[in-house]
Amino acid sequence: MESTLHLTLNGRRRGDLVPDNMLLVDYLREVAALTGTKIGCDGGECGACTVLVDGRPRHSCLTLAGACQGRHVETIESLEEGGRMAALQRGFHEKLGAQCGFCTPGMIMAAEGLLRATPDPGTEDIRASMASNICRCTGYIKIIEAVQAAARELAP
Amino acid sequence: MNRVAAPVSSIGLSQPLVDGPEKVTGRARYAADLASPQALVGRLLRSPVSHAEITALDTSAARRIPGVVAVITGDDCDETFGILPIAQNEYPLARGRVRYRGEPLAAVAAVDAETAQRAIDAIEFAYDELPAYYTAADARADGAVELHAERPGNIDRHAEFELGDVDGGFEAADLVREETYHCAEICQVQSEPHAVLADYDAERDRITVSPSTQVPYYVHLMLAKTLKMEKSRIRVVKPYIGGGFGCRTEALNVDLICALLARAAKGAVRIVASREETFITHRGRPETGLRLKIGLKQDGTITAVECHAVQRGGAYSGYGLVTILYNGSLLYALYDIEAIRYEGFRVLTNTPPCGAMRGHGTVNARFAFENLLDAMAAEMGLDAFAVRRANMLKAPTFTTNDLMINSYGLPQCLDWVEEASGWKERKGRLGPNRGLGMACSHYISGASKPVNWTGEPHATVHLKVDFDGSITLLTGAAEIGQGSSTVLVQCVAEVLGLDMSRIRIIAADSALTPKDNGSYSSRVTYMVGNAAIQAATELKRVLVEAAAAKLDARPEDVECLGEVYRAATQDEGLAFDEVVVAALAETGTLTVKGNYDTIPESHGGKKYRGAAIGGSMAFSYAAQAVEVSVDPDTAQITVEKVWVAHDCGKALNPLAVEGQVQGSVWMGMGQALSEETHYHKGLGITSNMLDYRVPTIVESPPIEVKIIESMDPHGPFGAKEAGEGSLSGFLPALASAVADAIGVRPVELPMTPDRLMRLMEKGGRSG
Repeated sequence: MESTLHLTLNGRRRGDLVPDNMLLVDYLREVAALTGTKIGCDGGECGACTVLVDGRPRHSCLTLAGACQGRHVETIESLEEGGRMAALQRGFHEKLGAQCGFCTPGMIMAAEGLLRATPDPGTEDIRASMASNICRCTGYIKIIEAVQAAARELAP
Repeated sequence: MNRVAAPVSSIGLSQPLVDGPEKVTGRARYAADLASPQALVGRLLRSPVSHAEITALDTSAARRIPGVVAVITGDDCDETFGILPIAQNEYPLARGRVRYRGEPLAAVAAVDAETAQRAIDAIEFAYDELPAYYTAADARADGAVELHAERPGNIDRHAEFELGDVDGGFEAADLVREETYHCAEICQVQSEPHAVLADYDAERDRITVSPSTQVPYYVHLMLAKTLKMEKSRIRVVKPYIGGGFGCRTEALNVDLICALLARAAKGAVRIVASREETFITHRGRPETGLRLKIGLKQDGTITAVECHAVQRGGAYSGYGLVTILYNGSLLYALYDIEAIRYEGFRVLTNTPPCGAMRGHGTVNARFAFENLLDAMAAEMGLDAFAVRRANMLKAPTFTTNDLMINSYGLPQCLDWVEEASGWKERKGRLGPNRGLGMACSHYISGASKPVNWTGEPHATVHLKVDFDGSITLLTGAAEIGQGSSTVLVQCVAEVLGLDMSRIRIIAADSALTPKDNGSYSSRVTYMVGNAAIQAATELKRVLVEAAAAKLDARPEDVECLGEVYRAATQDEGLAFDEVVVAALAETGTLTVKGNYDTIPESHGGKKYRGAAIGGSMAFSYAAQAVEVSVDPDTAQITVEKVWVAHDCGKALNPLAVEGQVQGSVWMGMGQALSEETHYHKGLGITSNMLDYRVPTIVESPPIEVKIIESMDPHGPFGAKEAGEGSLSGFLPALASAVADAIGVRPVELPMTPDRLMRLMEKGGRSG
């Protein structure tokens, strides 16, 4: 069965006919052609597919597209400001929070969710809120530094 | 106009990755992101049994399903593939026999995933089951069925050598101890599951393949072999790669199957492996049993070492003989050891094939060696640092097994770690259930002899300069997240005195870039870096000559200031763009190249069969201290802090070196604490990221990195490897710290709470 999905994706309203069993991650990658969101596992194990739904981090591989009816979905592609990297993206770039880069979009979206709720996170806040995002390159040290750098830059 | 300019320096300064912006914005396209809407979906039928003769594989029903475009089986490819020219015994799709559960049997290309899966389900597989062996011991037992006719007794390789007076060495020792160690099989679990896009051009009989690989060149060679296609009709384009850690060094069956499918379907096919399939494709670190014996004098000198190792290699040879030889050759090359004996068995079993995981062949042996040395030092009342210092090599030298050493920063690594960790004051005094341990490690900077001996240089880099003043660096070296593209741009920028932003890099497209042996054995910075320096030096020579002609000066009087070239006596010079215009006059677009080759002295010895394995132009060195706490009730180990010093020669990009060292130590921590594969009757039961426990951000400790710069005489600007050498030291340092904390010493990996609890209940061994 298919239904029409209306949602706001990266600030733009759109409607698509999607199968009822389609996962949000497949909708994003195949229907909306936003391949920044990655699939790193067979479901809910790695966090590479993390996006924001109504401002909160979600595994898009465990979310049905249809469950986003009328909601705001934000992906890594939405963060740049005026064609330039956002603070979090710059933090990950400059602090080497991204090596191979495959987990990075999910990491950054998880961190974005954290900073919106907790603008000045401590190390333990970062650890707690990014515990479901697996990185295999960095040992996470520079990821923590990247999030902290962005938080400092965004501080009023 | 008076141009004031100075050469810009980029070497030795922390540089964010040149491809970082793409990665943090989601614009970087990995193999699974490439497919056009027209691409078909490829899916595999995998064997449900571990060992069987294939009696029938009926695909007729699958072929009749609407939307199915191609179905292929082992009948469609009778060529084997494999990393080593002398040990290619694997077919892309099984022929005659299957040897591990999950081995590909057939593949389907269809219009969508559902149709492809229905076709897979419609294939009928009939077989006669054979006895299957899941342990090295079972596969070696008398009367065991041979997996491969040409490998009697299921021994893929028996390696042995003896150098120096081993028995005399043990007799001269004040203490001789022997211990057995067991290291579970582990897997790379790089972030990106395997994926490949193959696009066959039926009009021209050409194919373009984009695989998630570390070595596009090997994939190219194996595509030519398995497709029986001229190499010139194949183009391999490397997309962004989501890590590899060694499992993508070899051409993988999914790469070859995808290309075979694309040709059969006469179009584009995409295969995106699931995480489970990525585990099954495997090429991880083999389960290893070690028996190690060390002789030690009271003054701390090592008098003799003997090692016996057995690796469960899996169903096909892969890198097998190299892995079992590395296990021996590098075990004896970190310290000055004159009497060594080694025997290693690489065994074929009915499990997925192992491969060249980060720290290839050296990690489990280093765990055993440092662990036993530490235990013996403790028994003799010797300090762990003092024992290491009693056995230092003195560069320049050759090790007993003929490995060339020109730089050796291990003493400086030890000094820093001892100081930073507060070793002298804190060791043994951290209170109950808290401990401090240390260990050393090393790794090659590229294997000196390439796998495919073609007579070509090890590395070739092209630089193209055109009318627009742009410089394009063309290399076949695969950026896989380790920062190789950044370091190559740095090398060229440094020689030319230009800002890095002047230089564009294209890495690994066989139609554009010169061939490279690829990203394995930590070779790229050293070898391709040197080639890049040579290319840039040649470009500079051409530009200086052009500037000299334009300025009516002698080339030796022309000074290169990066953006300005001027004759020494002249105030006004030529801007870089003007020099380029002068250089292009008459010759047109410039392409210069640089090569790199290793020197024969680095090729390892000839004292035993396989002695070339381990030969390298340079070795990195590392020492580390680990602080742990152990919960006495749950036997859960918490790593509190790591101090690691890594001698990488000149740190070309200190930020990237730090990242590599932290990543290495951390990956060692995963193997030490929680990572292991399990099979039930050959079925992988840990083939997901929940049952296979990769450390999360929660249990990952701070890792303080100190870079030691020993300046290798042959390295690019003095550099050596940075991405592997500090991995293996973590495991024994952790065992040492646990022994310090609770008085029992782990000899099995990983040190999970259940294993450690058993050890605590028994009261420990050898610690």
